[in-house]
Amino acid sequence: MIRAHTELLLSPPDANGRFGSFGGRFVPEVLFEALLGLEEAVRIALPDPGFRASYAQELTSFVGRPTALTHARQLSEAWGAEIWLKREDLAHTGAHKINNAVGQALLARRMGKTRVVAETGAGQHGVATAAACARIGLPCRVYMGAIDAARQSVNVQRMELFGAEVVCVHDGDATLRAAIDEALRAWAEEPSETFYLIGSAVGPHPYPWLVRELQSVIGHEARAALLAQAGALPDVAVACVGGGSNAIGLFHAFRDDASVDLVGVEAGGRGPGRDAASIGSGSPGVLHGAYSFLLQDNSGQVRETHSVSAGLDYPGVGPEHAALAASGRASYVSATDEEAIAALRECARLEGILPALESSHALAGARRLAHGNFRGKRILVNCSGRGDKDLDILRTECGA
Amino acid sequence: MKTRTRTDELQRAFERARSEGRPACMPFVLAGHPGKARFPDVLGQVAAVADVVEIGLPFSDPVADGPALARAARAALAEGVSLNWLLEVLHARAHEAGAALVLMSYLNPLLAHGLDTAVRDLAEAGVAGLIVPDVPFEESGELAVCCARQDLALIPLVSPLTSAPRLARIGATERGFLYAVSRTGITGGQTLATDLDDYLTRVRAATKLPIACGFGIRSRAQVERIRLHADGFVVGTALIEAIERGDDPARFLSELRPETRS
Ligand SMILES: Cc1ncc(COP(=O)(O)O)c(C=O)c1O
Repeated sequence: MIRAHTELLLSPPDANGRFGSFGGRFVPEVLFEALLGLEEAVRIALPDPGFRASYAQELTSFVGRPTALTHARQLSEAWGAEIWLKREDLAHTGAHKINNAVGQALLARRMGKTRVVAETGAGQHGVATAAACARIGLPCRVYMGAIDAARQSVNVQRMELFGAEVVCVHDGDATLRAAIDEALRAWAEEPSETFYLIGSAVGPHPYPWLVRELQSVIGHEARAALLAQAGALPDVAVACVGGGSNAIGLFHAFRDDASVDLVGVEAGGRGPGRDAASIGSGSPGVLHGAYSFLLQDNSGQVRETHSVSAGLDYPGVGPEHAALAASGRASYVSATDEEAIAALRECARLEGILPALESSHALAGARRLAHGNFRGKRILVNCSGRGDKDLDILRTECGA
Repeated sequence: MKTRTRTDELQRAFERARSEGRPACMPFVLAGHPGKARFPDVLGQVAAVADVVEIGLPFSDPVADGPALARAARAALAEGVSLNWLLEVLHARAHEAGAALVLMSYLNPLLAHGLDTAVRDLAEAGVAGLIVPDVPFEESGELAVCCARQDLALIPLVSPLTSAPRLARIGATERGFLYAVSRTGITGGQTLATDLDDYLTRVRAATKLPIACGFGIRSRAQVERIRLHADGFVVGTALIEAIERGDDPARFLSELRPETRS
């Protein structure tokens, strides 16, 4: 049963870009032709041996893949389960975001685009995009909410060193959502020349599909490495969910493994109403081009979100996660700011690994699973990024 | 309540302008701007001189709009403007004569209201057409069904980038008018498409419906250029800015309106 469901949902979206009833292309008419052009380019590039080879080459020699799989022995002991960490924090620029950025930048060059625009929340996608564009030789502009730019100022500096132009967005909520609004507007002004390099598995078709394909390297590597090192599959695979790119990248490889549970961890923030858990606390609607779950009021206005983690501070979620939640193939829980920070500290102290605040939500979720139904079980956690960027926040949040 | 059909009302508006030898004047106002209290008056003033009034429903993430409209929307939302509020305002003025009304709303507020209910409520409030800027033709199926049921025209948009085959499909729409976006980009920009004449000629060849042209229109000279190929002009950002400056909206529109010619 699960198997049949899964194949249906994790195969490419239908011709209209739908995963079940979620997804689609809800964009202004000026962007529609650009999406058709991108979709065609994706359909040709993804199976093309030449494109695959240059992507694989960049992943190895620039990104530093494959990333390690670490058996977290002390966390395992402390939590009473077998904890394995997929180390995306070791990827170049410090997070999984680079897998996607390099792939899309190669695609942009292949399509003959002359400039790249991107949005960023935590700054990790912006940094990854700036690095990929520097490497591939494309000018790039990154939109970043003013609040995020302040709380992740080191990443602003890094982007600028890579030659990117960083534009602070003061409008709206001045975080990731406002940055996406602004990047979409910039794209609409010059859709023929501009490549919009989106940072998560969100947005209109074909982005959720494209990003999933580029991020699925995470799950494929983790699955093979776990089989090699532990001789078995995990009982559950856990990832944090902002827009959902690291999670879908991890989940995809396990789609046909009926014995592997998939758990996404959303940002619980400071509790109900002050969170960013789109699936847990939201309802279906349309934001940023896709029909999916989102946090909104009764009138359909998108509501403000809160998370200590800038990368999870987003009111929407990728449509494939909405479909996975609806089908029951994956389940979604949340971790609060406080739980995430506690998990970060525990991981740092016990394992000598400093996870990003985003990834710490996955750890907090794993901890809860270990104390619940997965006691003594094998838990694979995606450590989607490193926490160096979060030192300022940790200092202000808890006087660390 | 109303005897004539709603889409007829739009047709009549374009016919009246054409018979007077001028393009239809189609101002855009934002529900609740400039403030909830003043909006009904602004709507009344504008409706008195316009052929069709587009009423925008504010949305929190208006990705097709430039800074002026986005700011105005944010202010209106802060005052609690919603579809329900707008419906009340429209019911209160239902007896007033004047321009035909079209609602422009992003999809999500309509979804939250329930598509079918939203379309029915709008129709009952005297709205003749609906423009949904984040629903391209290919995603419009469900909405089109709801609109047809209530005899509300679902107005499709085309842009200078719309391909010939898609333009042909969209142009075959049977009711209302076609909204030809005058530029590649968002509202409030300063420039019109460089190949505007060519583009509007292509649009004309693809449809039997009247063509309204809008986005970035702020001068009489632009209106003069557009009238060569289109049946109506939409003024949005420039009108919102005029209202914010304290100008009389009716006078502002009259100054944009070209001389009639027969
Ligand atoms: C390290 C890290 N993990 C996770 C995320 C969340 O994004 P996604 O849900 O697309 O993986 C971010 C976003 O900035 C991030 O920087």
